[in-house]
Amino acid sequence: MAEIIQDEGAGKKKGKRRAKKHSTHIDMTPMVDLACLLLTFFMLTTAFSKPKVMEIILPEKNNVPKNQPEVAGWRVLNIILTDNDKVLWYNGKIDPKKPLPVLTETDFSKDGIRKVLLQRNKALFERIDSLNTGVTEGKIELPRDSVSAEIKRMKKEDKVGPIVLIKADENVKYGDFVDIIDEMAICNIARYSIVDLNSYEKKMIADYKAGKSGTAPATK
Amino acid sequence: MGKIKLPVKTPRIDMTPMVDLFFLLLTFFMLTTTFRPQEAVQVDTPKSISETTTPERHIITILISKDNKVYYNVDQGIDTSEHIRGKVLQAMGSQYKIRFTPEEIKKFEGMASFGMPITQVKAWIDAPDQSAREKMQVGIPIDSTDNQLTMWIRWARSYNSNLEVAVKGDAGADYKVVKKVMDILQDNNVNKFNLTTTLEKVTVKMDKNL
Repeated sequence: MAEIIQDEGAGKKKGKRRAKKHSTHIDMTPMVDLACLLLTFFMLTTAFSKPKVMEIILPEKNNVPKNQPEVAGWRVLNIILTDNDKVLWYNGKIDPKKPLPVLTETDFSKDGIRKVLLQRNKALFERIDSLNTGVTEGKIELPRDSVSAEIKRMKKEDKVGPIVLIKADENVKYGDFVDIIDEMAICNIARYSIVDLNSYEKKMIADYKAGKSGTAPATK
Repeated sequence: MGKIKLPVKTPRIDMTPMVDLFFLLLTFFMLTTTFRPQEAVQVDTPKSISETTTPERHIITILISKDNKVYYNVDQGIDTSEHIRGKVLQAMGSQYKIRFTPEEIKKFEGMASFGMPITQVKAWIDAPDQSAREKMQVGIPIDSTDNQLTMWIRWARSYNSNLEVAVKGDAGADYKVVKKVMDILQDNNVNKFNLTTTLEKVTVKMDKNL
């Protein structure tokens, strides 16, 4: 295809160079080959879906404020992650004088812990949900930034939703931990925190595992 | 006689539009490509609904593999413009009394995440090939007696105080290890964590019966 023919003989004979009309055809095949190769390479190596991150901000460890507000007991929902992707939960705070609360076992399925959380967080969830659907259907006109600001405000003003305390037993997998934080995001839980198990809870779990599910009275 | 002889022509296809298209695509891919950073270990991240993307710059990546080994990476990819990777290694070396030659530091700057005690890093850099390197990845010590992860984080943050931390844990890793890593980070005043996850859309509608 690359025909740049130099017609030397003819030129010498006549002494007069006749510019022969040549269509300037350049053989593009090698170039195309190379371009194609590079294209394939870049197409295959490109990572389009960037990894996502879940942000969690934990309270400072060494700088705990002195006067922490007392949490209303009825709002507290304790979630304990335990082995084999199971979740145990109970309501309220532990009162050493009363019998220990009963643990309920559930899991990460659709009707598992999510149902519990939604039930408790119904008011807030519905408000945020109606806001979101309103925005997507075009009924409420709000710029994107103010939607998240509005949700943040709703969460802050929420006075009835649960305060979820997430605790993890031994032998819990990291995946479960992410799952439960993810459930918080799915269910629009306003307040949750990651805490360590206390001694009562450790006893409750041990009792539960032994098959008597926290019915034993607390011992001081 | 009445036979018309058609001139024999070599069929020529005009490739110009195709080439145009190829180059357009090629340019597009070349400009949009960000190379997948090579990780020392395959990590199967858990799923979440989060749609926030990982920050590209100023990031320390801590990988936690399925077998609970901890790997560390800083200043890689786009971040390399900061050139702190070599400095961090040098600082770590002087702390643990290990001398790294300029060539080793240069080589280290181009390498990926790693997980081994500092005493092994020199051997890791000088290892002849990738398979030899893989054998050395035993995890960075995070015990309270020999907490090298803390030092790595501290030195990195002393050179670039804007560094954020991304924790990329395997879904099968033990929570205890992740918790330990998070405790170490909190001890170094890192209270904001980016947990790397894969996107999984979930739509939840309120059940009317609830």
